[in-house]
Amino acid sequence: MTEQQSLFNYCLRLGDDALVQSYRLSEWCSSAPILEEDLALTNFALDMIGRAQALLSYAGTIEGKGRTDDDLAYKRGERQFYNHLITELPNGDFAFTIARILFISAFEYSYYNALQHSSDATLAAIAAKTIKEIKYHLSHASEWAIRLGNGTDESHGRLQRAINSLWMYTGELFEADEVEASLAKVNICPDAPQLRTNWKHQVESVLNEATVTIPKDEYMQTGSRLGIHTEYLGHILSEMQYLQRAYPEATW
Amino acid sequence: MELLEKTDKTDKIHDDLLKSFEEKIDRDDTIEPKDRMPDGYRKHLIRQMQQHAHSEVIGMQPEGNWITRAPSLRAKQILLAKIQDEGGHGLYLYSAAETLGISRDEMISQLHSGKAKYSNIFNYPALTWADIGAIGWLVDGAAIVNQVSLQRTSYGPYSRAMVRICKEESFHQRQGYEIMAKMMKGTKDQQEMARDAMNRWWWPSIMMFGPHDTESPHTGDAVKWKIKRHSNDDLRAKFIDKTVQQAEVIGLTIPDSDLKWNEARGHYDHGPIDWTEFFRVIGGQGPCNKQRMAHHLKVHNDGAWVREAAEAYREKRDKQLLHL
Amino acid sequence: MATDSQLATWEVFIQSKPGANYIHAGSVHASDKQMALQNARDTYTRRGEGTSIWAVPTSEIAASNPDDNDMFFDPANDKMYRMPTFYVMPEGAKAI
Repeated sequence: MTEQQSLFNYCLRLGDDALVQSYRLSEWCSSAPILEEDLALTNFALDMIGRAQALLSYAGTIEGKGRTDDDLAYKRGERQFYNHLITELPNGDFAFTIARILFISAFEYSYYNALQHSSDATLAAIAAKTIKEIKYHLSHASEWAIRLGNGTDESHGRLQRAINSLWMYTGELFEADEVEASLAKVNICPDAPQLRTNWKHQVESVLNEATVTIPKDEYMQTGSRLGIHTEYLGHILSEMQYLQRAYPEATW
Repeated sequence: MELLEKTDKTDKIHDDLLKSFEEKIDRDDTIEPKDRMPDGYRKHLIRQMQQHAHSEVIGMQPEGNWITRAPSLRAKQILLAKIQDEGGHGLYLYSAAETLGISRDEMISQLHSGKAKYSNIFNYPALTWADIGAIGWLVDGAAIVNQVSLQRTSYGPYSRAMVRICKEESFHQRQGYEIMAKMMKGTKDQQEMARDAMNRWWWPSIMMFGPHDTESPHTGDAVKWKIKRHSNDDLRAKFIDKTVQQAEVIGLTIPDSDLKWNEARGHYDHGPIDWTEFFRVIGGQGPCNKQRMAHHLKVHNDGAWVREAAEAYREKRDKQLLHL
Repeated sequence: MATDSQLATWEVFIQSKPGANYIHAGSVHASDKQMALQNARDTYTRRGEGTSIWAVPTSEIAASNPDDNDMFFDPANDKMYRMPTFYVMPEGAKAI
């Protein structure tokens, strides 16, 4: 893979993470436990769409074949998507959603902090804007996790179950294959494996305060960076891409 | 309210208070939450404001139906932001109604029991992407005409909420019209979808202004108390007049063969509105009534444990602080 | 504090730019301070309206009674000597 191909692929990974997160978050619209939280989760979804646009547009530029952010979002199939598996899992209950935001935003907080110093100026600029959004997501999710963990027996149980079932998808966040290793060498992307210790500290401190137990590191599912997904992604795409696929001649 | 306790002793006080309230209304002073107000005024406001708030919240559903299928990232972003605004507007209106002594919880339970209503328009389905255009252009367009008028309503919190809402809504109608315009310039399929959406949404949209003035049971007091600043028919005429021109520009035909300009009135005349349908849908027999309520109820019930947890956490923390 | 399953209400005050007065924007529901601030942020500053937020429990607001308006506010109406225009300045005096 040339550096250009690696960079293209890398931008798709980050862009797809944002795109698929926005999809799941947007499903909360008109379904949150209280109106105020509906607005909050929609804000997060909007943050993510903005980030996806920036990253996918940049991917299109790197590729140099004239593909737009929409082309990349709406006209790739399941095996050409590279978002982390944790982003595509169905929303579950509110505890599951909060736990997912907590895990991902704690990861992204370290990750985008480092990405701000990327030798690639565009990525650095996108990261500088994004880090502020992530900081807020992390704070919002941390506070809710603490509320749920310390709330009622029911909320505590739900949070614990969410943590347990999400844990096996967190390992993947800290993988780096040849694509990322080669980009890390020229200081374009952060070294993800290095960030795990920090992440674990952060997550542990929140979960300890939430009085839930941190699962043991056992089987960690992986594959997304090779386009090997859960069954859920296909359904996201068939819904998201429906109009573009059904009316390929149309512009919207 | 004490104002309506009709004992001999209070009759005089009652009359004085009503007089000073009406003088305030005549002077175009706003009425504030702690001001004395007739019971009828308070009741009317609670009914109208909560209906308005519920409409915003229920109105999130038909459009929400298309968020995951929006055909471009830009379209998705705009639609999400718009639906979020509607949630926000519901929130502003609930808050404004709460200043009258009714809680949001009570309003929601009145919605669930059927005592409180929401706008009929949201009992119609959003079937194709063009419906998102039609809802923005026609439904929001009709709502805005009403809301602009309500900025001058006599109750302060309601008026202030409406000012904020109007400011935020200014892009809503434009985004809908943009979708329709784009589709009318698009492929045959797109044009067809746009025409179909226009045909389905036109009549329900003009029903949004409510029954004719001669038939409207609430208009009398509401106008006298300046809760309502314009009549149903005036607002409807305003909406039709501006929409006819907009439809022409993008090549859409309004599905009303009786529609023609009336020079003498300075407005368009329109064909008869099917009030049987209107009252049937209000009465619960519309295409989506059950679906909308079922969704709202489910979300409310599914969220109960979260709200309980938040309260329980606060109570625990308050106790801890006490023992420090 | 009156709470129901929709959580308690808070009044939100927004400062639109540094140095400006905090102005009442509306209310939100929340169960604690952090939630009140975040909900206020997500509800009232979505269009860049604010640089700072206060959230106050509605039940903690003391509001004057309109029936007391005569004694509360009318006596201030005739204190013209509090206004700079009340004073006669000698002609030619500058910067006063």
